[in-house]
Amino acid sequence: MKQVYVESVSLQGPGLDGWKKSLPILTGKASYKYEDIPKLSPSLLPANERRRTTSLIKIALQVAQDALADKMQDSKNYATVFAASDGDIEIIHRICTALMQPGKPVSPTHFHNSVHNAPAGYWAIAANAQLASTSISAADFSFAAGLLEAVTFASCEQQPVLFVAYDVPVLMEPLASARPMYSAFATAMVISPTKTTDSVAALKCSLKQSGIQTVSANKELEKLRIGNPAARSLPLLETFSCNADATVQLPAPHETILSVEVSACPK
Amino acid sequence: MAIKPLKLSSYTLTNALGAGLQASLTALQSERSGLSTCNFDECDLSTYIGRVDGLEQVEVPAQLQEYSCRNNKLTLLGLEQDGFVEQVRQASERYGAHRVGVFLGTSTSGIQETELAFRHMNPHTQHFPNDYHYLDTHNVFSLVNFTQRYLNLKGPAHAVSTACSSSSKVFASAWRHITSGYCDAAVVGGVDSLCLTTLYGFNSLQLVSEQPCRPWDAQRNGINIGEGAGFALLEPAAEGEACLAMLGYGESSDAYHMSTPHPEGRGAIQAIQQALNTAGLNPDAIDYINLHGTGTRSNDSAEDKAVVSVFGKKTPCSSTKGWTGHTLGAAGITEVVFGCLAIEHDFMPISLNTEEIDPDTSANIVQQSQQRNVKTILSNSFGFGGSNCSLVIGRTE
Repeated sequence: MKQVYVESVSLQGPGLDGWKKSLPILTGKASYKYEDIPKLSPSLLPANERRRTTSLIKIALQVAQDALADKMQDSKNYATVFAASDGDIEIIHRICTALMQPGKPVSPTHFHNSVHNAPAGYWAIAANAQLASTSISAADFSFAAGLLEAVTFASCEQQPVLFVAYDVPVLMEPLASARPMYSAFATAMVISPTKTTDSVAALKCSLKQSGIQTVSANKELEKLRIGNPAARSLPLLETFSCNADATVQLPAPHETILSVEVSACPK
Repeated sequence: MAIKPLKLSSYTLTNALGAGLQASLTALQSERSGLSTCNFDECDLSTYIGRVDGLEQVEVPAQLQEYSCRNNKLTLLGLEQDGFVEQVRQASERYGAHRVGVFLGTSTSGIQETELAFRHMNPHTQHFPNDYHYLDTHNVFSLVNFTQRYLNLKGPAHAVSTACSSSSKVFASAWRHITSGYCDAAVVGGVDSLCLTTLYGFNSLQLVSEQPCRPWDAQRNGINIGEGAGFALLEPAAEGEACLAMLGYGESSDAYHMSTPHPEGRGAIQAIQQALNTAGLNPDAIDYINLHGTGTRSNDSAEDKAVVSVFGKKTPCSSTKGWTGHTLGAAGITEVVFGCLAIEHDFMPISLNTEEIDPDTSANIVQQSQQRNVKTILSNSFGFGGSNCSLVIGRTE
């Protein structure tokens, strides 16, 4: 299992408005308070595209853009891994509702936005990113599965990868009750095969047949962690925020564990 | 630099041509299409579909009942063909259940369950029926979860959902997980099943043909939607072992448009070139190309430019969508396995229904079935969002 490096991290969640503002909460220096996520408007999207995109696409692109930050001009040089459990259930609601109407008038925009790789497609267009890109799901284990895909990509292809994990609840009933989710949440990180001056931490991942998943250090954040598949990342993000060395155990498919050995890279 | 090949130690296919490899092989060789006039569910579109007969009667085992839906019934029917389950069982014994990964592609998974739940919603309470389980049926991961449990595998797993390139990209994911040491073998493939969402969705984009699809034809006017399941068991080839293997893969993004390919085939060229590079092969080493060839005006025109720019005008190519329809998230594995059949039985399938080749295209489209030596093939899969994947499959020395 080769070591890879995390170069930068971003997040967006309720009361967690970006990495810098969230640091006091993630490190345990400030208490956490739930606050609605502000209306996001990722600047890389042209205005006409912003109108066509959904809250799921916007939160994914916002954290992706934030993770690259001042390296946005090099956005075309990053392969991407997008991981989400559900994709755009709000769009599914709209399509299924249209299918009940006479003539079944499905909107073409809703249909092309309904594909699981819609955020990846919008990102590729806005960032002129022509390299490999995948969009995966492993239901509630999507963060661990996406991280492993990104880690294997970086080490096999020897290229930096932008890894984005995101999930957004559907608000319309009855789907909201069929797939309850606590809140929207998204995180992104750049994973590099080699250590650079920007490296935040080194990661070594291994799969275990069983084990106990690491919980959030903050009781209030724990509700978010278990309430959104992408927020399963929180214990890992807390470790990064403290520049700590730790082993974080993430829940993975079929009752297995992705064990992530984190070693902070001193600045 | 060439990658280490991954052996396809077992594979299987189920689609409108029938269940199992023999049904596909017989139909390909006898030029019998699986397309029929659309009679699916409440669909009143005038089109052809590639429907798997008898799917409704497939019974999901009692202990996995919560996963029961059209897509997982097709998954089960597909897994049960050609002794595939037994081959996986032996691999699981050899390596350990936690050392066999599962990577499957799908675009819509069991979305039909949600369509039906909306239709059968209680008009007073606005509640879904009690037996509706979103996560176990509709969720993109459902088919992987079902497959892992049915085959009792506990290795790394995820679903790839990049529209129509999904079940090609799983080969690349499996290669990376095996090469990185997270598993020793992997079940790859894909399953997509008919649903109103894709029928009416593609129709809303004016991409559905009223006739059987005619890839590369001057009169082509769209796709037919099909359903299918396909699986392969991948393991590293032993040093010097002669076997059928994935020799190379290429992945790229168009970065152009959500539902229209780059008109010059820019992303397609990158994927094809990278697949040849990772296979360590020159274009002239490819004996046959299975095209994505959906039968839409824009796909075939862009893909033609891409193929001709890399291979010139001589390499024989065909689209097999005229047999199965476009099986979307299962198209990649379907056409990889068609390529395997071409290699194993030394023939090239024709581009069924293609009558008058579009004079604006230049690729060498196979119109007469040819019995000839096929050692190495390339399979193209391109999807919405500009997601491209090309695979090179062939015999190792």
